[in-house]
Amino acid sequence: MSDVVVIKKIIEEAYDTKTFVFDWDAKVRPGQFIMIWIPGTDEIPMSVSGICEKTKSITVKAIGDATKKLHEFKVGDRLSIRGPFGNGFDLSNKNILIIGGGVGTAAVMPAVVQTGADTIIAARSDKDLIMLDTARKHAANLWIATDDGSAGFHGNAVQLMKEKLKEKSYDYIVACGPEVMLYFTYKACEELDQDCQLSLERYMKCGAGVCGCCVMDDKRICKDGPVFTKAQIAQLTEFGVSKRDACGRVVTFR
Amino acid sequence: MVSLKTDIGSISLERPSMIASGIMDETGKSLVRVLESGAGAVVTKSVGLQPNAGHDNPCFMEVRGGYVNAMGLPNPGIELFKEEMEIAVPKGKVIGSIYGAGPEDFSKLAAKMEDYGACAVELNLSCPHAKGYGMEVGTDPAMVKTIVEAVKSSVSIPVWAKLTPNTHILTQIGMAVQDAGGDAVVAINTLKAMVISPEFARPIMSNKFCGLSGEAVKPVGVRAIYDLKSVLDIPLIGVGGISDWRDAAEYIMAGASAFQVGSAVGTRGLCVFKEINEGLSKFMEEYGYSSIASMVGAAHE
Repeated sequence: MSDVVVIKKIIEEAYDTKTFVFDWDAKVRPGQFIMIWIPGTDEIPMSVSGICEKTKSITVKAIGDATKKLHEFKVGDRLSIRGPFGNGFDLSNKNILIIGGGVGTAAVMPAVVQTGADTIIAARSDKDLIMLDTARKHAANLWIATDDGSAGFHGNAVQLMKEKLKEKSYDYIVACGPEVMLYFTYKACEELDQDCQLSLERYMKCGAGVCGCCVMDDKRICKDGPVFTKAQIAQLTEFGVSKRDACGRVVTFR
Repeated sequence: MVSLKTDIGSISLERPSMIASGIMDETGKSLVRVLESGAGAVVTKSVGLQPNAGHDNPCFMEVRGGYVNAMGLPNPGIELFKEEMEIAVPKGKVIGSIYGAGPEDFSKLAAKMEDYGACAVELNLSCPHAKGYGMEVGTDPAMVKTIVEAVKSSVSIPVWAKLTPNTHILTQIGMAVQDAGGDAVVAINTLKAMVISPEFARPIMSNKFCGLSGEAVKPVGVRAIYDLKSVLDIPLIGVGGISDWRDAAEYIMAGASAFQVGSAVGTRGLCVFKEINEGLSKFMEEYGYSSIASMVGAAHE
């Protein structure tokens, strides 16, 4: 089943990133995603970046055909969506450190809002930072990292996380971002004996756990994930190493 | 104690349930996970000669009573599929599903699948949304006979033909499979379908046409197996909308020696295999069926 929703508000997050807010009363947990159909172009998975009772939002970086097309949408335009899908984060424990890297920040923002936990937002430079206002409003502490040092800590998300873990201990890390960031987040957590939950990504078709095209090892990102625990990730030999294309062929990252 | 063991010709399965082609079966590790979930065998995604990305998204959606899909036969191609088979074959019985445009394609693909260790091949003569393949070659009894004969002469493993319900001559097509020496008939594939968005005034699937699966199609599948059982002597495998033991029992009583589960992996989860196995055992015990064979075609008597 799909739902057609009307765009109520558009927020310019950065030069290439917009948040689209729409009325949708579905129950969504932080970390879940929806499939968005852009008629004539594509259907793509998108993390839910804002969760209120009656409204939800997605935050879109214009990268490919579908996301560029989506950026042309105006208030009042309609979106066709399916979902929500996936497991979402386990936020039963509040002593957590949340990390968002690049547009992956969108996936963790509902967790920031729900828990008010300490948060790191990282990006390439100050102009790529997104959703800072929401994070400032809800996070107990907000720390920023940029690769070029144009804002906050000069370095990447993992380096800043390591600094913060020297000062304070957390029950676990919650993170979403590019796979290279998540891979090194995981490596650092292994090294520091730190628990974590990471939200992963793969090319998707059905979104509903049926077709099996988004698997990493034997786990379906869409249904068994997208959030995986540290123990689960330890079993994923393809994490940070390879993905599969639309044909199901293995494509290695390095 | 009842036994769920069943024979499909020369192939003996400890449990009568299999994963249907197209569901969680594109990679070796997925196939292993399904085998470990209680399926008696697994059927691979349909594999062709060349890598194929399938149709663009949207190619899937939920509808009342099931799903529609127009995946368009995505697969990495038979050469690369060797790697997936190497992982899956040591862990259980793997049936290699293949699709082609004619007898030569099917023969080449079947021979590869045999080399890779498949215990049988399932010919996809029934996909309703791939131009030049599937039901476009599988609704002509003469073409079906030619394809099955060609494959039979190229491999020594059993050859199963998966047929479409999108025809009024299903039993004639089934006869063509049997006459050509086919070892079993699998029925049904999805029902050719379409979904339109009123808001956007266009079909939702990028391919426009799609196939309907899930609970809504079960009575169609049961009827198809019943019809086929009335005319064929070779074993039948039932598929279409099975999500619990009652559904499985219906197919068996209509004439199926085994069955496949697809959409219910999405709606119920992989636990569906274990649940069906347990439910079926309990039912057989209570109603005095000592074996699957004693139930096959019971509704015909």
